Amino acid sequence: MAKNHVTTTINGEPVEFLCETQQTLLDVLRDELQLTGSKEGCASGDCGACSVMVDDRVVCSCLVMGVEAEGKSIETIEGMADGDQLHPLQQKFLENAALQCGICTPGFLVAAKALLEKNPDPTETEVRYWLAGNLCRCTGYDKIIRSVLEVAEEAKGA
Amino acid sequence: MDGNANGYRWIGTRTIRPDGVDKVTGRAAFGADFSLPGMLVGKILRSPHAHARILRINTDKAETVPGVKAVVTSADFPEIPPAEATKGSSPPNYRHLSQNLMAREKVLYDGHAVAAVAATSAAIATEALALIEVDYEILPHVTGVLEAMADEAPVLHEDLFTGGVDPKPEKSSNIAKRVEFAIGDTDAGFDAADVIVERDYDTEGIHQGYIEPHAVVASMGADRQANIWCSSQGHFMVRQYCAGLLNMSIGDIKVTPAEIGGGFGGKTTVYLEPVALLLSKKSGLPIKMVMTREEVFRGTGPTSGSYMTIKVGAKRDGTITAAEADLRFFAGAFPGAPVHLGCMCGFTPYDIENVKAIGYDVVTNRPKAISYRAPGAPIAAFGIESAIDELAKKLGIEPLALREMNAAKEGTRTAYGPTLGVVGFEETLEAAKMHPQMSEPLGPNQGRGIASGYWFNVGGESSASVSINEDGTITVTSGAPDIGGSRASLCIMAAEIFGVDIDQVRAVIGDTTATAFNRHTGGSRVTFALGAVVIEAAEDCVRQLRERAAKTWDIDIDAVEWENGEARPAGENAGKFEPLTLMDIAEKTPMTGGPIGVKKSSNVQGPGPAFGTHICDVEVDRETGHVKILRYTAIQDAGRAIHPGYVEGQMQGGVAQGIGWALNEEYIYGEDGRLQNPGFLDYRIPVASDLPMIDTVIVEIPNPTHPFGVRGVGEIPIIPPMAAVANAIEDAVGLRLTSLPMSPPKVLSALDDGH
Amino acid sequence: MNGMRYEAPSSVDEASALLAGASGETRVLAGGTDLLVQLRSGMVAPELVVDVKKIKEMMTYSVSDGAYTIGAAVPSAQLHEDADLLGMWTGVVEAMDLVGSTQIQGRASLGGNLCNASPAADSVPAMISAGAVCTVAGPNGRRDVPVEEICTGPGQTSLAKGEIVVTINLPKQAPRTGDAYLRFIPRTEMDIAVVGVGVCLTLDEGGTCTDARVSLGAVAPTALLVKECADALVGTKVDDAAMANLDAAARAAASPIDDKRGTVEFRTKVSGVLARRAAAIALERAGS
Repeated sequence: MAKNHVTTTINGEPVEFLCETQQTLLDVLRDELQLTGSKEGCASGDCGACSVMVDDRVVCSCLVMGVEAEGKSIETIEGMADGDQLHPLQQKFLENAALQCGICTPGFLVAAKALLEKNPDPTETEVRYWLAGNLCRCTGYDKIIRSVLEVAEEAKGA
Repeated sequence: MDGNANGYRWIGTRTIRPDGVDKVTGRAAFGADFSLPGMLVGKILRSPHAHARILRINTDKAETVPGVKAVVTSADFPEIPPAEATKGSSPPNYRHLSQNLMAREKVLYDGHAVAAVAATSAAIATEALALIEVDYEILPHVTGVLEAMADEAPVLHEDLFTGGVDPKPEKSSNIAKRVEFAIGDTDAGFDAADVIVERDYDTEGIHQGYIEPHAVVASMGADRQANIWCSSQGHFMVRQYCAGLLNMSIGDIKVTPAEIGGGFGGKTTVYLEPVALLLSKKSGLPIKMVMTREEVFRGTGPTSGSYMTIKVGAKRDGTITAAEADLRFFAGAFPGAPVHLGCMCGFTPYDIENVKAIGYDVVTNRPKAISYRAPGAPIAAFGIESAIDELAKKLGIEPLALREMNAAKEGTRTAYGPTLGVVGFEETLEAAKMHPQMSEPLGPNQGRGIASGYWFNVGGESSASVSINEDGTITVTSGAPDIGGSRASLCIMAAEIFGVDIDQVRAVIGDTTATAFNRHTGGSRVTFALGAVVIEAAEDCVRQLRERAAKTWDIDIDAVEWENGEARPAGENAGKFEPLTLMDIAEKTPMTGGPIGVKKSSNVQGPGPAFGTHICDVEVDRETGHVKILRYTAIQDAGRAIHPGYVEGQMQGGVAQGIGWALNEEYIYGEDGRLQNPGFLDYRIPVASDLPMIDTVIVEIPNPTHPFGVRGVGEIPIIPPMAAVANAIEDAVGLRLTSLPMSPPKVLSALDDGH
Repeated sequence: MNGMRYEAPSSVDEASALLAGASGETRVLAGGTDLLVQLRSGMVAPELVVDVKKIKEMMTYSVSDGAYTIGAAVPSAQLHEDADLLGMWTGVVEAMDLVGSTQIQGRASLGGNLCNASPAADSVPAMISAGAVCTVAGPNGRRDVPVEEICTGPGQTSLAKGEIVVTINLPKQAPRTGDAYLRFIPRTEMDIAVVGVGVCLTLDEGGTCTDARVSLGAVAPTALLVKECADALVGTKVDDAAMANLDAAARAAASPIDDKRGTVEFRTKVSGVLARRAAAIALERAGS
């Protein structure tokens, strides 16, 4: 079967790729486009390590078909920093030691960014429930949640 | 603990980890992120049966699929005869490891690897796997520990006879080993007791649950020179095991460590690497193999489950007079349950004259067990800390007070032999007593539980190098993978010794050619042992820097001191010389004797054993059995917290794992011996909304054998939580739960039974 | 999966024709949160996947005289962001909002949740108790089907070849109506429902229940619409006695299995507990 030709936008840049019908968006990002920042933890939508934005919604890229990217605007972890300027969430995660092995970190950052864009002043409970689809085995979530709350707090003052 | 308060410049501060930016931007390369040109995809065929004889494997059809470049079975691996099972002086048992890697003659669990293919795409590899024909003769299986120990149990290994019993049994069985640790006379001790608690407990198999599946890229040419990139807790271990399993020379294998996405002990062995090497050799191309999540659960080591009997006795006044533990741990398909470690650690928090701990290592038709964070100790602690709690209630003494009365301290003799040196258990109890959580009011159906734990931590073979670069920056090369932030700690320790700014120091993990042998990362050893070696190397560098300054000034080295990153004359009589900074000296090294770099290797001894005490508040929904964690505090003696943020992180992570172990995590096997929940949907690790903030208190009783007083911190935090939760549930609704996990159906059933 | 064809038609008729015309297995792709898991695990290997997200009427929703017509593939997150819909049919929207994580919510839909026909689907008991009706389109035209008649067994629907659920229609709510959905899961998120209960009830001016629909999920091969539960509530002020009867009726109607997510005993007992708790919330919403 011939591959599908897809035209899309990734992190603001126009991108074209070929993919098999059975390849997911995660497969495409990692294997065709060498954007390996999004991770595969489970391939079944249970861990959130593959989180990306598709048209302003945070989704699991392992549950989106590669062909569905046609005409969409996709944002991955690779697009979160602005050149060498880290996003406040990225900076806060570093300052607070909110990552240990770091495999879940890209997914958390993408999901947390989506939260603060939708709800700039979440409660601790709201942050925890929003991020419930992102599994972390190293940190116990404490420093991650604190980091998100602190960024929200600091944005209020700014 | 403020670094400055202890007189240190960097020790105890919260620096930003050197590998951090890569990890928050997605640039860091984990095992599956690496690629080589021309790479093939490798996949493994796994047994669908829990126990079966392999009558025949036919790979002909698979080999002819276009795009398939290599197929291997156990026939491609050297057979390791019993006499060569242990090569060298340390584990593993290579014979068992080889049989686990790819089944020979028998498959021993649902998920056991049987064959592997390499193909030009994942789709073709999957298609080829489906064409491999395996004829199985299904055998009866056994997954429970008591069932496996029974006389009539199906036997996994005809050549397995129980070790540690005298005389050696004539019949093979599933009991691989019996161990015993004892001091004093427990019979007499129980006779002297006024109150005795004796109870049975059981726990299920639990997976480490790292979010990153195992991954490797391997390349081996016809000349048997091999290159491996993998995420592992020990690249020297990978090299050693591959050599042992494939009858290769260690020097022919180079392993480069990728960043590792969690290990917790589960990545201290090999599952893919030797298979990938053989596929690579056969096909002539590099091979990439990445496990699916289902494979991780079905095919890699969980930790043991158990059946335990704990008996403790005390006098009216609270003095514990005797303690016994009978621990039966299942190891999965090959021997190696960490039952001896459970026996050793379980009662160590308490100064008890009469202790007897007996352990059984039992094989079952499950994946081969591997370490999980303080292996064996959390399981034993569930039973023992629950029994101690019950004892306290029976005596009418507060649980913390009972522990204080019997606390182990310097000079206490352990049941497994050594006498404790300087330790901080009492200090953790004191800190628990003073903690605000203890005075938080508790409402209806809410309760509070306390539990403690002990782990001895390890040292081990460690190698590192410290180099002064031409501009005065410092590179620390460590041979042990960084699984928790150790690069940050190594930089801190080096910066402290050199007296320079933290940004002048970078730590990297070298490949197997960069340093001498390193034991894998585990046992909470890296900050301690690699730290010790790095410190030694850094001190050697400082001496050399002083030598260069002495040479420059033409004075004696004894007249040169090193402070705040500079060489200075030591006192007025040494001479009037302007200080020379590290940068000054570095720039001039070509003229003063050449580059400065030191390599150190050592089998570091004297790790600091350590203790933790946890406080857990829960609320129980009486109508559904749902348990909610309201508050949690972990208190732990870290010796010296090099980087408090990462010490806290280790504590919080271990607590979260312990809570999952307590409430919802378990391997679920069907009657057919197949694993029913090989995924994160039904293997339920805690999610963010399940947990509150986890408060941490770091107690510092420095370890006398480490230059900065470091004790390992990574493993203790997972030891107390299960009993802390169980004790809190008992306090909340008067129910003593003795079976893990304490999932809602079990809690509700127990509530309804009113027991 | 080699040779799997992907089509993204822009009309219902086109989609229906594609599905009807295929000789092998077909699947509809809405949010993909069930389908892609099934494709990856090899559980299903369709010859054709029809992506319905370019079909406007399946991706939009509207309200007319209090009645909602909701495109079957509208992502749940979008429904949850609509304050009016959330306020009117709180049970339905909250039920769908419980499915999976935030990431799942960005894609999962009422139509997908329904047609995947898992006995434990969260939105289904809520839709049933709300009296939701599906508009189904197929080669023979369109027909309206009550939600409770769609699922016929685990993974099975009553849809004929070529038929698609186009919209989910929620009726105009009578005054003093409230709905609620509760589920039991072992953790706080991310689990499949062990038991799910949807309750919708209407009160008269005096506070007496005049109409009720109660639906149980995850305790039978399909979600159940339990008349005996409704009977326990209608004509009462939903007092303790009514609640006790409701509890008993729910337990009697549940016929769950033992599986890795729960035991028969547990599911039966909790059916009663959740029925009471959901009814209490629905009652409060009806009164306010």
